[in-house]
Amino acid sequence: MGIYTGDPAAAANLVQPNQVHRDVYINPDVYKLEMKHVFANAWVFVGHESQTPNKGDYFATQVGDQPVIQVRHKPDDIHVLYNRCPHKGTKIVIDRQGNTGKFFRCPYHAWSFKTDGCLLAIPLKKGYEGTGLEDTPSGKGMKAVGAVHNYRGFIFARLAEEGISFEEFFGDSLSSLDNMVDRSPEGRLEVVGPPLRYLHHCNWKMLVENQTDTCHPMVAHESSAGTAVKLYEELGLPEDAPKPPAMEIIAPFMSPYEFFEGMGIRTWPNGHGHTGVNHSIHSNYSAIPGYFEAMAETYGEEKAKAILDENRHNTVYFPNIMIKGPIQQLRNFIPLAADRTIVESYIYRLVGAPDELTARTAMYNRMINAPTSIVGHDDLEMYERAQEGLHVDGMEWVNIQRLLEEDEDFSEEAVLNGTTERQMRNQFDAWRKFMLYDQTAQQEAAE
Amino acid sequence: MSVSKDQLIDFIYDEARMLDEGRYTEWLALWLPDGHYWMPLDYKQADPINETSLLYEDMFMLKLRVERLNGARTFSQKPKSRCHHVIQRPFVDEMNGDTFVTNTSMHYVETRLDEQQLLALTARHDLALVDGALRIANKRVDILNCDAAFRNIQLLP
Repeated sequence: MGIYTGDPAAAANLVQPNQVHRDVYINPDVYKLEMKHVFANAWVFVGHESQTPNKGDYFATQVGDQPVIQVRHKPDDIHVLYNRCPHKGTKIVIDRQGNTGKFFRCPYHAWSFKTDGCLLAIPLKKGYEGTGLEDTPSGKGMKAVGAVHNYRGFIFARLAEEGISFEEFFGDSLSSLDNMVDRSPEGRLEVVGPPLRYLHHCNWKMLVENQTDTCHPMVAHESSAGTAVKLYEELGLPEDAPKPPAMEIIAPFMSPYEFFEGMGIRTWPNGHGHTGVNHSIHSNYSAIPGYFEAMAETYGEEKAKAILDENRHNTVYFPNIMIKGPIQQLRNFIPLAADRTIVESYIYRLVGAPDELTARTAMYNRMINAPTSIVGHDDLEMYERAQEGLHVDGMEWVNIQRLLEEDEDFSEEAVLNGTTERQMRNQFDAWRKFMLYDQTAQQEAAE
Repeated sequence: MSVSKDQLIDFIYDEARMLDEGRYTEWLALWLPDGHYWMPLDYKQADPINETSLLYEDMFMLKLRVERLNGARTFSQKPKSRCHHVIQRPFVDEMNGDTFVTNTSMHYVETRLDEQQLLALTARHDLALVDGALRIANKRVDILNCDAAFRNIQLLP
């Protein structure tokens, strides 16, 4: 028994207004508690509907540490089921995606289930007659998660049966997802290819926090972005010569502190927030011929301009995804253990837009977020050094107080200087809230 | 001047040795200016442009990658990674005048600190004879388990 075992209140006490205790990153019992409480009570990203376009299509992933299947049951009806046979526990599907036809069939004893999870058939069923199987959870079929919501093609799940509604959980933060989808002249995205999959030996929260850490790019990425700028200068190309694509993508990481201060950070309740309120490293990408015309055709020039003038950089959706609206990328920080995280980086095509936009998005993904990416190497090095450094005894707190204000109220939307660590504090405020969610609900029920 | 099959095979061996010994200036000089180094993400991927790849790098990116390895503030290369290629005898699949295609199976090992990883892969080289010297026109590296989750791959197979 560890000191946190079964005690979410003890874990919640690891968060203070200006600092968090290292155990939120390195303690396996705190990790178990956050899987059980934070990931079960929050709305967590599952997948995109275009990953399962046809009836019977499925996609296997995780919500927190729980193996799940996203499956299309009917043309307009996507379900999220636990990936476990109710009989002996065998995973029903083991490949990452496929089509199961009209039903799932467990490969061990051939129990079969409709694509909404309902039990369809059991071989030699008379063996269960009079045993009361129908009254057990095993007799009901594959278990579904507590709730599922499809927001403009993005599938989210809440594991808990009861809890916060989708609308209350996300609130106005959905404007970032809206902007990403609105950038398609048809208002629709489609996933492109498989995601990059990158294994980190660090806690999932370090990766999420880094998404709004605007004081690291010019330092940690000097090796990649700084070298790119130096190489380009050495080439001595004329001003009007086309820049190497790497310059457009990587060089903005070397922008000075003032750029990131002016960029702004917005936080929303429940741990969501984004960098790039006023401008961002995506602001100065070259125009793609034909794109604005296609947008104006759908939305009219004024609205099309408003959609494209939004240059939000990274939007964090608590607990564990980040989206980049201007380049249609989504990164899923999937927790495996206190010190293990897989990052899956997806890209989407703007349906109805020129292919060049997809090409730029694919380029960004591989240049910045691949296990082979020099920018990725810079970041991973910092996370893993921190994961190891946090074991130092006698110095047990991690500081998050840049631009801390007195009595910060995270239940209110706020827009601040782009180098504030308020979004990190906002995430921990939500972490604490959902860690205590079951306990609070119990207390309220008792009153 | 004509090129023999043996010369093509020797070229592939020499390239692997340059990478293992970190002779990157020489290695970059093997490339034609508009060449690309492609490492697909998907098994049998056909499109390097409109889908994500692990690498699809032009000469600017390859130079940047190599230059970065020796940077004073390249913290992920302190200490440096080392790599090691064990290659099977290359198949010479095409010999069309001044252009050639080889396919080479190899085991690639990369190590840093206490970690070592082994990748099984196939490298396809498009080679060209230019001004009497063999050069790399394009290189495609297919990793056998391209769909697995990887740790850092910092050097080049």
